[in-house]
Amino acid sequence: MNLSKGLSMFSSSRALENKIDEFLDRISEAGLIYKKAIHVFLEHGVTEDFVTHAEQIGHIESRADELRREIETGLYEQNLIPDLRADVLSLVEDLDEILNAYDASGYRFTIEQPVFPSTLQPDVIAIVESVTNSVEQITIAARTFFRDFNSCRDYIHKVRFYESEADRIGTKIKRAIYSSDLPLANKMHITSFVEMIDNLADMAEDITDKLAIYVIKRDN
Amino acid sequence: MGTSGVIFLSSGLFLGWSLGANDAANIFGTAVSTRMVKFVTAGIVCSIFITLGAVISGVGAAYTLGSLGAINAIGGAFVTTFAAAFTVYSIIRFGLPVSVSQAVVGAIIGWNLFTDSVTDVNSIVRIASTWVACPLLSGTFAAILYVVFKYLLSFVKVHLLYRDACTRIAMILTGAFGAYSLGANNMANVVGVFVPVAPFSDISLGGFHISAVQQLFFVGSLATAVGVFTYSYKVMGTVGKGLMPLSPFAAWVVVLAQSLVLFIFASEGLEYFLASHNLPVIPLVPVSATQAVVGAVIGIGLCKGAAKSIKWSVVVRIMCGWVITPVIAALICFFALFFMQNVFSQRVYVPKTYLMSDKVFDRVVEEGFSAGKLSTLKGERFGSGVEFIHAVESRVGKLTSEQQQLLLNTAENVRIVIDPDRIENLDTDLFSSDELAQIKELSGQRFNYRWELQKALVKVSPDWQYRPATILNKQYNKMLSQKLTVIENNFVVRSDRKKTNCPVD
Repeated sequence: MNLSKGLSMFSSSRALENKIDEFLDRISEAGLIYKKAIHVFLEHGVTEDFVTHAEQIGHIESRADELRREIETGLYEQNLIPDLRADVLSLVEDLDEILNAYDASGYRFTIEQPVFPSTLQPDVIAIVESVTNSVEQITIAARTFFRDFNSCRDYIHKVRFYESEADRIGTKIKRAIYSSDLPLANKMHITSFVEMIDNLADMAEDITDKLAIYVIKRDN
Repeated sequence: MGTSGVIFLSSGLFLGWSLGANDAANIFGTAVSTRMVKFVTAGIVCSIFITLGAVISGVGAAYTLGSLGAINAIGGAFVTTFAAAFTVYSIIRFGLPVSVSQAVVGAIIGWNLFTDSVTDVNSIVRIASTWVACPLLSGTFAAILYVVFKYLLSFVKVHLLYRDACTRIAMILTGAFGAYSLGANNMANVVGVFVPVAPFSDISLGGFHISAVQQLFFVGSLATAVGVFTYSYKVMGTVGKGLMPLSPFAAWVVVLAQSLVLFIFASEGLEYFLASHNLPVIPLVPVSATQAVVGAVIGIGLCKGAAKSIKWSVVVRIMCGWVITPVIAALICFFALFFMQNVFSQRVYVPKTYLMSDKVFDRVVEEGFSAGKLSTLKGERFGSGVEFIHAVESRVGKLTSEQQQLLLNTAENVRIVIDPDRIENLDTDLFSSDELAQIKELSGQRFNYRWELQKALVKVSPDWQYRPATILNKQYNKMLSQKLTVIENNFVVRSDRKKTNCPVD
């Protein structure tokens, strides 16, 4: 009885490990596509390519939602990691929020089609780079939380670095926008997009703050 | 025998129940409280392995009745066992873990007081030292294990979920091992004394044989399993999270530290193994599983620098529980014996007499006692151990506990007749055919002292002689002592089987 129970315990935890890994892969993938989509948007506007990328992010988000639900159900049904279960669920939900934000951002570009002056485009690409880097680092931090929580702190530090970099570039863009001759409505429209992009890095940073606490708790 | 046997056995089952209710917490308390193992799973594993331990390995120890074997009337054993069980039940009602064996020793002290028997002071000192030494030892062990395993695990990059599964398996395996040991070592203490009155007989089905003792131990295990399921949850909570919150890893270290402390400091098998391989021997010290678990939890708390998260008020309550357990057991036993004897007219002890005959006098002088001072006691008969020891001490001064036991064993006046018809009562699993033949050679002989019987057996075969008291000979001497006790009890003739306070002679 104990042997079969032990084996099923290992196989079910292995299946859940794979789901968590796939979930984190999806976030990472969404970041890469988002970056690509913004490049396409800045160069060509809302093209078929851009729409395809936005839809890809949407599909990834749907799959990630399924995975999140399966992870949550699995953790509770199999009574796994009882001491850290609430933290892991919170982590997964917070990461899922980032995916939702990527998805929402892509659709907003499709619908509102903001016009960025060409002089601002390098900075917009830079802020997107920093933001996606911060999200990428949070997925790596989350991965190490599950396997090597001592290294987790290193990635938490990197997320904070990219977030402040994104803030710095965001402020620079906003200054440039408001010192330009663009109409106020246009200025406000573009600024809201910069804030939306920057918000992704803020979300990543908020998760790192929680993750830092989870690491202390996991440190037995 | 049937009905009265069941009634007498009921207190053994009560003690078995309280053993399950209390000791399951030592084995699975931390695992259940950290929610790593479900209570039902813990209960099932615990029950199965306690039963296996009792029926497979415990039956061999049926003759090692432990402390309860000292009680020489089944009515007394019933009351003593009941007093111990009731004490354990009363303390665990408050969710406090206690030591069942210490409750038993406390109840026996109550029996000694009631019957004017001499209490071995060493047994009291052993209990008191366990309260301090055992938590210190297991606390140190737990702290070291915690630091070492944590360091080693920092190199192992396994997934949190895989580690979680491994911890669960480790907890269940360690718990199963602990439950097996509990059944193997403790069932004899719980129901072993009731072997002669148990209403069971051997069953043979085809080639499958189940002895009466195995059936008794099985029933005792069932009582323990009922105790696990019905009453252990509260104590598990105290051990697992009442003292301080534990992580699953720390919870496993607690169980491991407890098992190791019991194995290293209480295992005569390990002591023999080390001595026989010319390795340094670790001194055996009295340890208790309950006290080891509590010590281990505190040890980890202190090691983590989390002294503030330890609930010291709970620690104090638990320690108070340890101290009052033997005291309460002794008091309950004393008064219950009074009732049993005077209200229910049951025999609670067989009075012992001590006779300073010439033979005894010569033997104690050989052992180094002053012939001049003891000569005035020659020919005197004493109705109790306490009376006898007082008389000796008034002449030779204060005696050590060992000297007291030596005198009592030498001067106890019994009537042993080697009746050939009763030789077949001796268990062939315990005695070899050669040994039975040697006993048979003494047929018809009478002995007034237990040591005379041994002397006669030594004349037949030197194998009946105790070997020099070394670690390597410890097991042999222990087995020989058990065999002699079984022979003595088998052939002893009791002149009075009804009244309680008539002298034997």
